[in-house]
Amino acid sequence: MPRLEAAIAVSAALVLAGCTTDKPTDTTQPAPPATSAESSGTGAQSKFFVQADFDAQLAMRSQTPQGPAAKPWEQAIDPKMIDTAQYKKDGPYHLCFSNAAVNNPWRQVGWKTMQAEVGLHEEIEKFTALDAEGKDDKQISDIAELQAKGCDALIVSPNTTATLTPAVTAACGKVPVIVFDRGVETDCPVTFIKPIGGYAFGADAAEFLAEKVPAGGKVLALRILPGVDVLETRWSAAKVIFDKSSLQVVGVEFTDGDAAKTKSIVSDYIQRHGTIDGVWMDAGATAVAAVEAFEDAGLPVPPINGEDQQDFLQKWKDTGLTAVAPTYPTYQWRTPIIAALKILKGEEVPETWNLPQPKVTSDNLPAYLKPNMPPLHYALCGCEDLPGFPEAWGGKKS
Amino acid sequence: MKRALPILAVLVVLLAAIAVANPYFLEPAGFLAFLKRAAPLVILAAGQYFVVVSGEFDLSVGSLVTAEVVIAARLIDGDESVTWPVLALLIVAGLLVGLVNGVLTTKLRVPSFIVTLGMLLVLSGAVFLWTGGAPRGALSEGFRAFGRGGLGPLPWSVLILLAVGAAAIWLMRADFGKTLMATGDNERAAALSGVRVDRVKIFAFMLSGLSAAVAAILLGGFAGVSAQAGQGLEFSAITAVVLGGVVLGGGRGSVLAAMAGAVTLEALFTLLNLYGISGALESTVQGVIIIAAVAAGAIRLPRKSTPRRGDAHAAP
Repeated sequence: MPRLEAAIAVSAALVLAGCTTDKPTDTTQPAPPATSAESSGTGAQSKFFVQADFDAQLAMRSQTPQGPAAKPWEQAIDPKMIDTAQYKKDGPYHLCFSNAAVNNPWRQVGWKTMQAEVGLHEEIEKFTALDAEGKDDKQISDIAELQAKGCDALIVSPNTTATLTPAVTAACGKVPVIVFDRGVETDCPVTFIKPIGGYAFGADAAEFLAEKVPAGGKVLALRILPGVDVLETRWSAAKVIFDKSSLQVVGVEFTDGDAAKTKSIVSDYIQRHGTIDGVWMDAGATAVAAVEAFEDAGLPVPPINGEDQQDFLQKWKDTGLTAVAPTYPTYQWRTPIIAALKILKGEEVPETWNLPQPKVTSDNLPAYLKPNMPPLHYALCGCEDLPGFPEAWGGKKS
Repeated sequence: MKRALPILAVLVVLLAAIAVANPYFLEPAGFLAFLKRAAPLVILAAGQYFVVVSGEFDLSVGSLVTAEVVIAARLIDGDESVTWPVLALLIVAGLLVGLVNGVLTTKLRVPSFIVTLGMLLVLSGAVFLWTGGAPRGALSEGFRAFGRGGLGPLPWSVLILLAVGAAAIWLMRADFGKTLMATGDNERAAALSGVRVDRVKIFAFMLSGLSAAVAAILLGGFAGVSAQAGQGLEFSAITAVVLGGVVLGGGRGSVLAAMAGAVTLEALFTLLNLYGISGALESTVQGVIIIAAVAAGAIRLPRKSTPRRGDAHAAP
């Protein structure tokens, strides 16, 4: 009875698998749980959580940034300006860029925006960019290679924080370095450019749900994957907000950023709980799939957060969602070019360049929704005034 | 039917376990929603079955699904009027990829494991090159209806699944099925007795490509454009086939059992999710199933006598 044997083996494997598994929300680090964490269902706090950073980011949201309001990519929140006279030199300039990857829509929109920004400046004679394709080792050799190309300034978007630190430190000695998006564990770069950050993103979404979902409502939290610092901060901030609220987090699930998986998970939760009263997401790429799960189940879509991606904004408008879209603006890809030129001209730049991080609400939705842009376009590209818009970003002229 | 019995028993146990945790599952709407979700994998498993039973592998189906979804979105770009031409193109593209896999495997004598692994890399690389990592365009409502909509309460994907299942069972009962089984059991003996082995295998690969095209249409419809639409599906399909008791290396197993294996796998994932076990475990479970099932098959092989092998391809 060979097939019976196989069946038994399989059943045994299942039992084993079941026995050795804990709940998915448990992280490996048994951090001291917040007092209300047990009842709110959010599990233990992430080991990436830093209270001081959390407080600083949440405070930054209400500060008025300095700089031209129409150009948020030139604005800075509470900047501590530093002198760059030592880097001053005459043009034309050769700028170099070590890019972590262009493997997702966010980075694609950003990369196109940066190239267009370069095109605006005649004093940039040459722009050399290397794509590390999401690999640390490639980026380390890219940074070394760029140093031999006679760059006047080096822009780095690190693939990972800790691994790239030595490579960036080595480059700092030879050329002014500008780091943006993810950081490095050294202050040797002239400036570090970033939006407010992940805590603000996660908190914006969680606060919206805490306000819109009735007390005791069931919230489902959807995360892409565990262990990535920029995503852990988003969730850990949301956890703090949920723990303080009266909401009940019925599940924290990982979607791998996959639309089909997201839709299946949400459908399962709808089945299991009858209804879900709110959905929190750490990134908006699969928000439309989550919305569709409610539509296909014939249920009204509860309050939900997405991101500033075109498909979600369109769905929001078409179906009148109760939604909010925190952002991690792609316009930050313009700033490093502007910063590099300022540094080479000896002008002051902020030591840490905190860019404003707006959120899309039902009030300002019409301003951000651009019907002729592709579904995966990010609305906060700050690219509308750049040459080649909208075609270069995949849009159609209206 | 007899061959499908053990896996059907496992399936019934799993379905009962799901029903205990979630009574809604027993209602028609709940069960249909489950079948709708399982449909793409079941169809892929049917396609994979033809290749596996002929003694080969098709590792390219996952990236073929991704490629087709991304291509469909780019070509349709929200334009309802081109839905049907694009659907036809997807079917042709699926058959073509299967044809290439089959010809390279049979005529050039490259092992199918290598051919289809190469095809996996070629397709995923081509998709990445073409999209730069982010798919463009959008699927039309008409296209998405196959994965989302339905005929009254019956989802289209369940109807398509039933049609594909019936066709697969019919194919295995026809002459093609008997020659396919003979080819997988003993290629040389089959060739000597007049079976056109190469042609049979190429056809099996084309069926697998076709199943990937249908799965892509259903998956794209279900969840929309995604550059990860088919990620890992080749392994899920092979796991499903093995779980259904089909022997890697060919010559034994029924297509009904392979499809039941896919439903079982999907039920298993649903059950894991219902009991709050992380989705990350899915790949672990698949790995354990493949190793356990093949090991169970290998352990009993020496004890078996030839007459049993002989009757293996008598009835599908």
